[in-house]
Amino acid sequence: MRALLLRDLVLAVRAGGGFGLGLAFFLIVTVLVPFGVGPETGLLTRIAPGILWIGALLACLLSLDRILALDWEDGSLDLLATAPLPLEAIVSVKALAHWITTGLPLVLAAPVLGVLLSLPGPGYLWVFVSLALGTPALSVIGTFGAALTVGLKRGGLLMSLLVLPLYVPTLIFGAEVARRGTEGLSVQSPLLMLAGISFGVIAALPFASAAVLRVNLR
Amino acid sequence: MDLVASDLTVARGGVPVLEGVGFTLSPGRALVLRGPNGSGKTTLLRTVAGLQPPVAGEIIGAGERIAYAAHADGLKAMLSVVENLSFWAAVFGTQGIDDALSAFNLEELAGRAAGTLSAGQKRRLGLARLMVTGRPVWVLDEPTVSLDAASVALFAEAVRAHLGQGGAALMATHIDLGLAEAEILDVTGFRAKPRARAEDEAFL
Repeated sequence: MRALLLRDLVLAVRAGGGFGLGLAFFLIVTVLVPFGVGPETGLLTRIAPGILWIGALLACLLSLDRILALDWEDGSLDLLATAPLPLEAIVSVKALAHWITTGLPLVLAAPVLGVLLSLPGPGYLWVFVSLALGTPALSVIGTFGAALTVGLKRGGLLMSLLVLPLYVPTLIFGAEVARRGTEGLSVQSPLLMLAGISFGVIAALPFASAAVLRVNLR
Repeated sequence: MDLVASDLTVARGGVPVLEGVGFTLSPGRALVLRGPNGSGKTTLLRTVAGLQPPVAGEIIGAGERIAYAAHADGLKAMLSVVENLSFWAAVFGTQGIDDALSAFNLEELAGRAAGTLSAGQKRRLGLARLMVTGRPVWVLDEPTVSLDAASVALFAEAVRAHLGQGGAALMATHIDLGLAEAEILDVTGFRAKPRARAEDEAFL
């Protein structure tokens, strides 16, 4: 499992691996928003947590089709499926590699980009916490979407359509944590819901992803 | 331990292509599948490798004993030859890739990125992967595609060495490898009769 994780990380940072693509996209979205809605600080402050969350979510979506499609194209997915690793472990490791290369940089960059949206003081902590808790769910749900559409030509768009509705609960509670935290309100219940969603999908979805992958590999 | 397939029916895209296939593959033996294009050799091999379930019949002694090599070599273009092989060795929990490198004459290419290799060199690397899996039964789908005569000889030598160590090989190939241990199984006789589709594959 460690070999697979290391290989995916190495592939991501080598040429053509797409590391930083999501991060660059996130940066551009956050820079563009003030141009779009105007420089009024009060308005920006109010929408900043939500914009950061939507930006992170879209940036995450951008790299999902690479999780399994590349391995499917060059045949290594077939070979991995016949390897001693269970498919559940393979999809979990792939989701983890995706989170490390895409989700983690977004989490770390979000507070910095918050400056561009004049995020108020307490917001930095809560945007960071909510993204750190929510982005693993985005990667795991995304891996499920990638497993559903693996093998389809131009499956990327279909995958976005399948995955985005599944992202809704994570987005609602994640953005709610960030918003309430920014306004200095109690964040306990949305935080617990967000944590519940994340741990729930991490525990359950790899089995679903492995099952659909088995069907798709036939 | 023998690999035994009995009364096997295999389907591609929900349509049975071969039915009633049966064979026994003992350690030290090789079985070569013959048959025209589209006759179901690949589907049979994928079924034996466990990538798809058989429609009917059963396979005994497969599963964790199979090393599968298909048309695609499963190489990562941005990783070097050594990195590609080491990865598979790590996944299969085996040590040492030097034997595999020398068996397929890949030492000189060891540091090259797999993406810069020629088609034949990639194939050799893909076949070298079989040796690092440490699995006893090789299931090979057209292993000699894009290999030159010298490389085919290397490959035949590797298969012979594998059989000599008590391994077995099941392969679909159109050329004669000169393996004395090889039996031929022509799949043409097992072609499935056309039938109405009983169930909808989409909901399986």
